[in-house]
Amino acid sequence: MGLSPRPDLRQVVQSSDEPWMTTRLDFLVNWSRANSLWPMPFGTACCAIEFMATAASKYDLARFGMERMSFSPRQADVLICAGRVPFKLAPVLRRIWQQMPQPKWAISMGACASTGGMFDNYAVVQGIDTIIPVDVYVPGCPPRPEGLIYGIMLLQKKVMGERAKDTSLRKEMEPDPESQLYIPAPVIDELSEPFGNSVHQTRSGL
Amino acid sequence: MTAPAPFTPVLAGAGSPSAPAPVSPKNVPNRGGAANPSADALREKFGAAVHRVDVVWGETTIIVDQARFLEVVRWLRDDPAQRYDLLADVTAVEFRDAGRPLEVVWHIRSLPHRRFLRLKVLIEKGQPLSVPSVWEMYKGADWLERECFDMFGIKFEGHPDLRRILMWEQYREGFPLRKDFPLRGRFSRSEQLRQALAANPEARYSMEELSIAQAYEDLPDEMRRRLSTGEKTGE
Repeated sequence: MGLSPRPDLRQVVQSSDEPWMTTRLDFLVNWSRANSLWPMPFGTACCAIEFMATAASKYDLARFGMERMSFSPRQADVLICAGRVPFKLAPVLRRIWQQMPQPKWAISMGACASTGGMFDNYAVVQGIDTIIPVDVYVPGCPPRPEGLIYGIMLLQKKVMGERAKDTSLRKEMEPDPESQLYIPAPVIDELSEPFGNSVHQTRSGL
Repeated sequence: MTAPAPFTPVLAGAGSPSAPAPVSPKNVPNRGGAANPSADALREKFGAAVHRVDVVWGETTIIVDQARFLEVVRWLRDDPAQRYDLLADVTAVEFRDAGRPLEVVWHIRSLPHRRFLRLKVLIEKGQPLSVPSVWEMYKGADWLERECFDMFGIKFEGHPDLRRILMWEQYREGFPLRKDFPLRGRFSRSEQLRQALAANPEARYSMEELSIAQAYEDLPDEMRRRLSTGEKTGE
């Protein structure tokens, strides 16, 4: 059936100069991390259906070492937020993120998780990056499995580029008013203003 | 522990066994047509308390006087010729026309007689948003009325535990489905997020929330033994 023959073990053991290689520790660690990302599925809406399709046999997330859905955040590496997050769920999402051990990453899947999407209303968080740090944003409504897989491959690329020496990657911080991550409240409000004026329609005139 | 009351299933159509088998209605007019027979019976029994009867798409809507609403519902449920034993929904409608009254809507269904009835109570603008609760008659009204209170701020007098159900209990922005409520809420986005994140997600969903504590005596022996040996939910 075209299988290659097994190597002759006696020959390998008996050879005097065993093959060996050198590499950077960073490369080895990142390579193993990037190819065994266990996802924490945080599916709240239709994006979760596409996420399930991605995990199913046709698109086969197992190729990326992600076939093991980690339903406990304690064992998860990457949080995939698939779907809109209402304000009532915001403390839950942040709690789950805080429960995940380092190293950890987050993928925001779909328009609603990334920006609030079409739900620019009183109940929905306008982008989960207001709650947790996000590494990769996957656009789409919902994204096709190819889109999610592309996002996952981008995340793998990002993981491969990390340096163990750079401890700031693993540092968890609440936004400090002195830091660059801090955005003052009025600016956040301005950022969350919608494009155009379609949502300013008030049919009742109130 | 006393033996629980035997459960008697209600079969659809059992109240009028001689009636022909139901068929899907065809060519239903938008307005008018045959009203639910309960409408005439209500008119006969309660007279002026029945303000109006509309038939829209074959479904009968009855607008009832608020003062006698509870009496009407009780009669509809208990009268052997009516037997409306299922409360399907409780909701409300506010219209954008400033002068038009707010409508509180109940959908009730008679399984034995295969009838559907929509009851409405009108609350004029400026009147207190308060209607009687049907919880005494339909225990399923509990969460339906809580949702209606959460979204519209309508007080259901007599409800045992009227508090928010969809929005969290500390929600301070008002009642989202009212016409004077802005689409994006009253507070700024950052303030909304700050308040939401300050909530403790584990403070609820306890024994108390699930009302298991009250139902404890009614649970099966096996489940009571399991609960009493320490398996807890939440908190």
